[in-house]
Amino acid sequence: MTASLKPMPAAPLSDMPATAQTTPRFSATFDPHTISEIQRAAATGIYDIRGGGAKRKLPHFDDLLFLGASISRYPLEGYREKCGTDIVLGARFARKPIHLKIPITIAGMSFGALSGPAKEALGRGATIVGTSTTTGDGGMTPEERGHSQTLVYQYLPSRYGMNPDDLRKADAIEIVIGQGAKPGGGGMLLGQKISPRVARMRNLPEGIDQRSACRHPDWTGPDDLEIKIEELREITDWEKPIYVKVGASRPYYDTALAVKSGADVVVLDGMQGGTAATQEVFIENVGLPILAAIRPAVQALQDLGMHRKVQLIVSGGIRTGADVAKALALGADAVAIGTAALIALGDNDPRLEAEYAKLGTTAGAYDDWHEGRDPAGITTQDPELAARLDPVKAGRRLANYLSVLALETQTIARACGKSHVHNLEPEDLVALTVEAAAMARVPLAGTNWIPGSAGF
Amino acid sequence: MPVVDLATVPLRSLNADLHKLPQNTNETHWTIRNPGGKHALAVGLDAPVTVEIEGHVGYYCGGMNKEATIVVAGNAGVGVGENMMSGEIRIKGDASQAAGATGRGGLLVIEGDASARCGISMKGIDIVVKGSIGPMSAFMAQEGNLVVLGDAGEALGDSIYEARLFVRGTVRSLGADCVEKPMEAADRTALAGVIARAGLSDDVSPDEFKLYGSARTLYHFHVDNASAY
Ligand SMILES: Cc1cc2nc3c(=O)[nH]c(=O)nc-3n(C[C@H](O)[C@H](O)[C@H](O)COP(=O)(O)O)c2cc1C
Repeated sequence: MTASLKPMPAAPLSDMPATAQTTPRFSATFDPHTISEIQRAAATGIYDIRGGGAKRKLPHFDDLLFLGASISRYPLEGYREKCGTDIVLGARFARKPIHLKIPITIAGMSFGALSGPAKEALGRGATIVGTSTTTGDGGMTPEERGHSQTLVYQYLPSRYGMNPDDLRKADAIEIVIGQGAKPGGGGMLLGQKISPRVARMRNLPEGIDQRSACRHPDWTGPDDLEIKIEELREITDWEKPIYVKVGASRPYYDTALAVKSGADVVVLDGMQGGTAATQEVFIENVGLPILAAIRPAVQALQDLGMHRKVQLIVSGGIRTGADVAKALALGADAVAIGTAALIALGDNDPRLEAEYAKLGTTAGAYDDWHEGRDPAGITTQDPELAARLDPVKAGRRLANYLSVLALETQTIARACGKSHVHNLEPEDLVALTVEAAAMARVPLAGTNWIPGSAGF
Repeated sequence: MPVVDLATVPLRSLNADLHKLPQNTNETHWTIRNPGGKHALAVGLDAPVTVEIEGHVGYYCGGMNKEATIVVAGNAGVGVGENMMSGEIRIKGDASQAAGATGRGGLLVIEGDASARCGISMKGIDIVVKGSIGPMSAFMAQEGNLVVLGDAGEALGDSIYEARLFVRGTVRSLGADCVEKPMEAADRTALAGVIARAGLSDDVSPDEFKLYGSARTLYHFHVDNASAY
């Protein structure tokens, strides 16, 4: 205001228009969560560690739709006309391939990250519906072997608990190179969860913050991996299917190299995939969403003439039968679930809201699985908390959920006129966004445009 | 006593025959001719038998061994005795990288030198190297004893947990959180025991060794350790 201008007479406060002051405006760049992270970092001097997968919004299966039947394709009758869901894994080299009734497996989650009752519940639920569970970065427990009819034994960089007796007891072996939540990162298990039993199984002192190796100790690169696979086959007399699990980062080459190294099955885990404990910066910024990884992996299998001969299991954010159907349509043979299985057991249950509030969080957002104070008794080693989970009831809930996933997958497959869920194909899909169209290599809905493909 | 010539018998059938041996087998001594540097030789054994290999072996010889005694009259490739549980493996020559990796029990003796990462992630095994060991040995070593009569390369015992490293010669450098420690009576007894089992009691005395182990400063995530993560 300059002196030459006469000041306006001040209006009485009550006449002030409501817009005189703007509403507080948060920055899109420095949003409240980001600010709290800077404040947390400044207070503690150490990175944030949490469980779960990437929480940011990512291109995902939600961005795809099925076309369904029409004049040119006819659908199958629900319930009356057969729509198969069974699957064989590992017929390439293994003398005893795995037969599953549904193409949905339980992903590797360690005893240590999860409580004994939680592992038991996973085994029970999976066994009811005829699918497999997987050990994790902590070895095989007798409870787990006892309750899981088909058990995949993970062979990880840490080799915690690894022994030939368990190897011989396993139904398949999964060599873990990486995980979608942290491709290139090793495991973590914080002191609160290194109970006496966990410590003994891992040959570690009790109560320490465990960082496990990110690289295998006795091989590097694909030529060595081939020899490592040969060794595991020799030890187990070529009986067991051997899977190779990679985090989604270079899916074309990783798949091709896994196949060349002699894998029976490739497991590909996208960045939405859960973890028990990893640095937040890793979870949110390293790796590919699974949507972007499936087609390159399938392409590698096709280029080698190995599609459907070496099976592809994909994971990372699978929630519904629609997700399963979309993953299969893009060329996967099966999916794996981690986070959703834990939710089915009882993780993040709103009935525990009061206890989540005490932990400074809320049902649906609880991800401090590394702290071992899970009120649902799943991601803990505290005997009192763990005892809250009834493995029989929780196993039943998981079985219900897996059945729903299978039914939903069949519902979509029948609508597309398929007598087996494996007959779903990319031609059944369209994308809602340009990004999803490019990543999944299916046309943008209503067009015949696949960004990046020749002919445009 | 079986003599198997790998120039004519496939590795697969040898390993399969070894796996079929019952605990009380009478075929307790096997001689393997012409190993030809083959990988995965005599892996996954689970019976108290002796397997003598007349020549060099490739990767992972004796991997995951239980109870068997395996003697290699030659050199060994990567990962000899990896994850062994019990028994004994003796290499008359040199060993490549990652000898005894993740081993959980038993005794691995290397009469020559061992390359990098000897005893990486060891979990209870005892390893004796008459010669020297390469860099990054005993990385993240968790349990067990590594006894080296010669010298150790760079970054010995990086990020070590509770394994004990006994070195008679010089150590080029220690890795993160690995320090020299005073040898207590219990350490000395353990060392003497390992030396005796390796048949070296007449060659060396425990007094000639220095002990290295964990400073335990990285056992908990802490701001002051940021540079070590
Ligand atoms: C609690 C928890 C523990 C896990 N532990 C392991 C593990 O030990 N080894 C491994 O390969 N992956 C581990 N994972 C990753 C899962 O195997 C799987 O890749 C992931 O959960 C799939 O994504 P989803 O959670 O979105 O279904 C873990 C995941 C969770 C949630």
